[in-house]
Amino acid sequence: MSVTDAPFSVDKPRSPQRPAARRSNFELYSWLFMRLSGLLLVFLVLGHLLIMLFLDDGVQRINFAFVAGRWASPFWQFWDLTMLWLAGLHGGNGLRTVINDYARKDQTRFWLKMLLYVSMIVIIAVGTFVLFTFDPNIGN
Amino acid sequence: MASTTAHSAGAADRAGNARLGGTLYRGDPGMWSWVAHRITGVLVFFFLFVHVLDTALVRVSPNAYDVVIETYKHPVMVLFELGLVGAVLYHALNGIRVMLVDFWSKGTKYQKPMLWTILAIWLVVMIPGSYYLLVKGFADLFGGS
Repeated sequence: MSVTDAPFSVDKPRSPQRPAARRSNFELYSWLFMRLSGLLLVFLVLGHLLIMLFLDDGVQRINFAFVAGRWASPFWQFWDLTMLWLAGLHGGNGLRTVINDYARKDQTRFWLKMLLYVSMIVIIAVGTFVLFTFDPNIGN
Repeated sequence: MASTTAHSAGAADRAGNARLGGTLYRGDPGMWSWVAHRITGVLVFFFLFVHVLDTALVRVSPNAYDVVIETYKHPVMVLFELGLVGAVLYHALNGIRVMLVDFWSKGTKYQKPMLWTILAIWLVVMIPGSYYLLVKGFADLFGGS
């Protein structure tokens, strides 16, 4: 007996049971988005961690005044806004893939994804709202 | 006979798939790099959720923000920071490797040396980084300032 007897069986490429050709390129764009956003996030997030945890006195120096000082600069506002949106979408899309892979029942998959989408909207909306309406004199 | 063949093929998979000349993905370091990419990604996403909400307290009051941020300043939290940096750094380096595998014509050929390279870079960054944070944590814990 030769090795070719291994019981492999694959559907014929054009057999009618196969689902119809896809009509949406959503997964292609999501795949591409993960790579493009990932490349930007490498710099944004590692820079953020370096500044916040290692430079000067790290996390010990962070307080309201420190945040107010940073967000006085449009550069850091733009940095944080970009990072928020890209991280929220990149992380959310990653979790969507994980849920699609491991949820066994359609209902579980549906509700986990609803929970994910709600969390994504909350994170991105709350973060954006805070960045745009931040008031350094809120305590006065 | 066919079943025996299938069985021995399965044994070869577990024995490092020597028979197939390394064409099998299961159990390969490449698979574990993917597993670690998923785990670190999910963990970082959970922290992102918490972190956006704690930062949002700047919109409530300076005091509310300062009180909550104080929890991050406890010396033991350097361990948490270390875990976060380790997870993000691995995810970033492995993400670059994934992009090179996808877009560089020689990416698949060098996927394994690239894995060892990113792990080496990870160690080169994490060893001094851990030293710095742990010394700072110990100083805060026992030095009193």
